[in-house]
Amino acid sequence: MKTSNSPIGDAPVLVPGHRVLPGERINFGRPMLRAFGFRIDLRVVVTAGIVTLLALGCGFLGLLLGEFSLTPGEVFQGLFGQADRRIVNTVVAEWRAPRIIAGIVLGAGLGISGAVFQSLTRNPLGSPDIIGFSTGAYTGGIVTIIVFGSSFVSTAFGAIIGGLLTAIVVYLLTWKGGVQGFRLIIVGIALTAMLNAFNTWLIMRADLDLAMAAATWGAGTLNGMGWSTLLPAAIGTVLLGLGCGLFSRGLGTLELGDDTAKALGVRNEPVRAGLILVAVALVAVVTAAAGPIAFVALAAPQIGRRIAKSQGTSLLSAAAVGALLLVAADLIAQHALGETQLPVGVVTVCIGGIYLIWLLIQEARKAQ
Amino acid sequence: MSITPDTTDATPDTTDTTSTAASAPAPLAARNLDLAYDQRHVVADLDVEIAPGKFTVIVGPNACGKSTLLRALARLMTPTKGTVLLDGGNIAKLKTKQIAKRLGLLPQTSIAPDGITVAELVARGRHPHQSFLKQWTEQDEVAVLTALRATNTEELSSRQVDELSGGQRQRVWVAMVLAQETPLMLLDEPTTFLDLAFQIDLLDLFAQLNHEHGHTLVAVLHDLNQACRYADEIIAMKNGAIVAQGAPAEIITTELVHQVFGIECTVIDDPVTGAPMIVPGKPKKTFADR
Repeated sequence: MKTSNSPIGDAPVLVPGHRVLPGERINFGRPMLRAFGFRIDLRVVVTAGIVTLLALGCGFLGLLLGEFSLTPGEVFQGLFGQADRRIVNTVVAEWRAPRIIAGIVLGAGLGISGAVFQSLTRNPLGSPDIIGFSTGAYTGGIVTIIVFGSSFVSTAFGAIIGGLLTAIVVYLLTWKGGVQGFRLIIVGIALTAMLNAFNTWLIMRADLDLAMAAATWGAGTLNGMGWSTLLPAAIGTVLLGLGCGLFSRGLGTLELGDDTAKALGVRNEPVRAGLILVAVALVAVVTAAAGPIAFVALAAPQIGRRIAKSQGTSLLSAAAVGALLLVAADLIAQHALGETQLPVGVVTVCIGGIYLIWLLIQEARKAQ
Repeated sequence: MSITPDTTDATPDTTDTTSTAASAPAPLAARNLDLAYDQRHVVADLDVEIAPGKFTVIVGPNACGKSTLLRALARLMTPTKGTVLLDGGNIAKLKTKQIAKRLGLLPQTSIAPDGITVAELVARGRHPHQSFLKQWTEQDEVAVLTALRATNTEELSSRQVDELSGGQRQRVWVAMVLAQETPLMLLDEPTTFLDLAFQIDLLDLFAQLNHEHGHTLVAVLHDLNQACRYADEIIAMKNGAIVAQGAPAEIITTELVHQVFGIECTVIDDPVTGAPMIVPGKPKKTFADR
């Protein structure tokens, strides 16, 4: 039994009659794996594993399909550069693989950042694509392209700065002795509209080549994704995603309300600011690589939560579902209209639009 | 409740706990405390000491600053002047996680995340004892089970919090604070919005936690008679100042009630507990009587 240094700390922690016998376990009502100082919800892990396998399956399909149709054997050989025909190596390793990996990694990143913001705002509408952070990152990206020309690293920095500035403006406009979720969403939606207008104006003013590049990118696309863009983007996404994971305990406790979280020893404002910083950077890196892809961040955490029946926010589920959504949407974007390739953002907007309408109806019902 | 014979350092003898604790310094105190919301002063130059091992209840009319004082004692509010002392140390200088191991709080409003189960919510109370690499240990398991049993919520453990009744839900939140294993617990209007049966149920639970677990409790309550019945010590507040502090039998008088609440009353002995009991004076005449 434990004692503390408090003068009254010698109070008995366990009461006779409430004694817990060695090996007695809490009934969580669901299978839990307890090992190595962790308690893992098996349903969350298993469903995330299945969803990840599905995403990999879609990815494999993406490697097979295309103008240049390949057999599964050729894909495997191509991946390791062992195919007999040189062109197969190029098609698989240089053209198709980066795009698939981008779909999986960037999709997971969007899922995580969506989960973080929905948790912080305590509202399923509070995802970065709705509250303006994606649009702000896009603005930062365009400005950088116009001023400095387009290289991934500079665009990414521009996007991060744009995203953070937007976050600061939204935060300040929302601040009223603390940040309240619903206010933040309304302010964010208004700012998104203004930024969209500004983006359009920027593109119209720019010269044609840059404008064309910015506009395609603006719909959110994985077309033409190559290793030079993917590598830094993927590394950034993975690191920032892990960063969110480090904060996840604080995130879960903040969901209980600010007073309770503070009483439980969470440094509310630093933890919140840290989470916002990392999650905005995450969106910005994804946006710099693939443009503002809408609705993945909005839908993935909610779908993940329903599949896993998770308690509170599960970043793992959100990441897995985000990866599946983006890879699957990109598969549709690439192959649904035969020769014509759509930007993946168009597909996510179509699917996500339906989801958003359903979500709004649900929220309106709850409000009644 | 059965008493297991093999208790080592658990002391079933409560009088013993109280007498040793009485000589100890105040676990929680405030010195020259000024509290304000923006420019509105709520509490000015207040000094208070919380008695160790006792159940202290703060009473007073609406807007007298009692909840504000409790929030300041729980470091949820930064004083404009003065200090709050936890075990003699300035609470503003202590790490919030260290405070959370000694001081628990049941706030007026908490949010249960959608779909969260009772066990999972109570487990969140272990936050101050955990770290990134030590997220769940045997101690966590024992503390949560103990908290569930002490609040009689173990059989609800796999149920969702949002499908419980108000009284059950409040018990679960108490269990969460208990799982935190703090010797000090602050309760901000814990019985508000509950019907009478649940109020008594919960107050009995607090009394039990105080007597048997040795927790020092500080609660804000609205009902003066309940305060007299359950408290070892009452702090009566008005206009942001403490009017009286002491055992109910010593301080609760007709004059004090008139001074604090502005009502005429008679104070009699509670026929059941012998504690003072307030019977308000004659109701005002109705229109029909005039």
